[in-house]
Amino acid sequence: MMQPLWYSLLTAMLIVYVVLDGFDFGAGIVYGFVAKSDADRRQVLSAVGPVWDGNEVWLLAAGGTLFFAFPRAYAAGFSGFYMPLIILLWLLILRGLSIELRSHEPYKLWYEFWDWTFRFASILIVIILGAAFGNIVRGVPLNADGYFAIPLFTNMLIHPSIGILDYYTVVAGLFALAVLALHGALFLVWKADGPVRERSIALAKRLWWIVIALAAVTFALTPTVRPEFFAPLVARVWPLLLLVISLAGLFYIPPALKGANDIRPFLGSIVFIAGILASMAGTLFPDLIVSTTNPSYNLTAYTASASMYGLQVGLVWWIIGMILVVVYFTFVYRNLSGKVSAQTKGE
Amino acid sequence: MLWDRLQFAFTVTYHYLFPQLTMGLALIIVFMKWRYLRTNNDKWNRAARFWARIFAINFAVGVVTGIPMEFQFGTNWAGFSNFAGGVIGQTLAMEGVFAFFLESSLLGLFLFGEKKLGRRGHFAVAAGLCAGSWLSGYFIIATNAFMQHPVGYAVGANGTLQLASFWQFVLNPWAVWEYAHNMSASVITAATVVASVGALWKLIGKYHEESSLFLRVGVITALVASVLQIFPTGDQNGKLVADYQPTALAALEGVFKSGSMAPLAIIGQPNVKEQTLENPIVVPGMLSFLAYGSFNATVKGLDAFPQENWPDNIPLLYYAYHIMVGLGTLILALMAISALLIYLKRLEKTRTVLWLLMLAFPFPYIATTAGWLTTELGRQPWIVYNLLKTTAAASPMVNTGDVVFTTIGFVGLYFVIGVVFLYLVGREIARGPVYAEGKD
Repeated sequence: MMQPLWYSLLTAMLIVYVVLDGFDFGAGIVYGFVAKSDADRRQVLSAVGPVWDGNEVWLLAAGGTLFFAFPRAYAAGFSGFYMPLIILLWLLILRGLSIELRSHEPYKLWYEFWDWTFRFASILIVIILGAAFGNIVRGVPLNADGYFAIPLFTNMLIHPSIGILDYYTVVAGLFALAVLALHGALFLVWKADGPVRERSIALAKRLWWIVIALAAVTFALTPTVRPEFFAPLVARVWPLLLLVISLAGLFYIPPALKGANDIRPFLGSIVFIAGILASMAGTLFPDLIVSTTNPSYNLTAYTASASMYGLQVGLVWWIIGMILVVVYFTFVYRNLSGKVSAQTKGE
Repeated sequence: MLWDRLQFAFTVTYHYLFPQLTMGLALIIVFMKWRYLRTNNDKWNRAARFWARIFAINFAVGVVTGIPMEFQFGTNWAGFSNFAGGVIGQTLAMEGVFAFFLESSLLGLFLFGEKKLGRRGHFAVAAGLCAGSWLSGYFIIATNAFMQHPVGYAVGANGTLQLASFWQFVLNPWAVWEYAHNMSASVITAATVVASVGALWKLIGKYHEESSLFLRVGVITALVASVLQIFPTGDQNGKLVADYQPTALAALEGVFKSGSMAPLAIIGQPNVKEQTLENPIVVPGMLSFLAYGSFNATVKGLDAFPQENWPDNIPLLYYAYHIMVGLGTLILALMAISALLIYLKRLEKTRTVLWLLMLAFPFPYIATTAGWLTTELGRQPWIVYNLLKTTAAASPMVNTGDVVFTTIGFVGLYFVIGVVFLYLVGREIARGPVYAEGKD
């Protein structure tokens, strides 16, 4: 009872993280394409500047929740993905600094440096996150002790050898890049006005087709790395239902872009991302880390969890904490409601 | 393993240079905002605004260098995470849920919302931000305290630690005193930095009103916190070490042979091979008195314990402890003299003392770093005291070459961040207290 609950709560926290920090990353990916002048760029940074830090806390909170609820999975996953995680940390550092420090000096060279850092870090972070989801779907060579090590990349051929970056996970990474680029563009349609908004609409229309194409490729490739992956999706029905809702969100975006209400396309993207991640978690349950060497080595919500007492105590403070978090976020986003205009100064 | 330790020591030490200023400065900013609310004198608000600019830069670097810490438990210390995650995962997750969300939500409002929020609202936001940062400190100290003195746990069926009593774990007496000691140190750091900037401006004859205010607030705050640092918080921490980590007590005081009337070494160089303290200058019986309240109390030396349970770097532990105590005492003396001069209304004319105050800002940072070295080296060879050795804690499948690579990467990245940080803070100090208003 407690384990499925924590599995769901952890999934929910990760979804909130991807949806919220996803638009920060997305804004970084499309930054160079939709924001040309310095005023445009300040407009984009004013949209993400006050919220990126709070959004990133969801990653820390989800990581902490994985740590205390499923310590075995935290230990195995974080040590197994050693190198990409450390690189991810460096990129998160650079991303945060680029948003925070750009406005501190009024020089063109200073702006340019942080603009490039912001784009570079946002793009690579999203590819790594996408590849990480690819690794979770495909599985890793967990051994009997519950640990694994895995090469950073392979020769990229369809081949039994697997790596953190192999043909499948790279495609997953590019899929994530397209999805969050679209998410970021739609966020800017909502928050920006003037030329940034216009360019974001035009870009979103093109990105939408890329998302469709890469979604098809990723789905088609999944059985080549994990033939049985889709079986629970059909057998359990509700992950399938979530997938249908997700696709409804995706197909809602183009007509919504023609409408007058600028938040609607972004809401479509939120439904799409949340739906696809929830459907994936529903398909994977109860597995947290799948072993490619022997299915009995899989770390599941039941084999990797902390004690019942720990999970129960955690639930008490988690609920209190989340009520507070909802209050903070409502307060902050209400304070920041409306469009960020290009005329208002960067801060 | 060695590289994992070096990497964690480097990233955590570097990271902590920033939060210690954040936490202490938050309190000082809240004080300034409160004085502004009370006196309606604009100089308090100008002072708070200046420090908010420093705070913003410092906070940003603290946030970005803090993210790796939570990941590194899993990436580098998977053995430890698997063993103790059922307990310490609680406080780490709570830090995110209760402290980081609060801080990140309020920071933007604090930095950019002064006009919109009004005077009372802005004060409340500053107070909430301060509370968030102090709360974050507690959760992390409670985690560390469990490693120093594990309580509230049970050993589960598979040999890992599981939570048995939430309140016992969260209200660990070690955590309470370690937190008090740590937070007063954090206030000393911030107050010394405030006084130091005041002294700089006073010496170059700029911003008369602000520099006087910084000197007064900085010196008096640092003096009060320095007293609290020694008594009761330092004293209580010493007694906890004496009771629960006697090997650490023996090593950090350089006591190799057990005996009553144990001396307190002021200066001396430990020689681990010969098991002696060379060239010692000591206060006879003082250690027995400080640790156990009686000059005749027996203090166990390292000879009372099997060598495999000795801390593995006794000289560094010994020096770290002595540097912490020595610098703490010097800061107390400097602040006492400065406070006396303020009382006599002579500080602003006494350039020697202003010079000393201006140059004093690195010392609290060195003292806190030495203090944390004392805490962490004193716990060795254990990662969870008496339950898990550090040698069993590293990630079993991570190649050392990878750890060397990432350590070099962290050093390079953090070096660049350090240069940028010093440049930006230097610019803010050079721009002076009214720059922000000109920019609006």
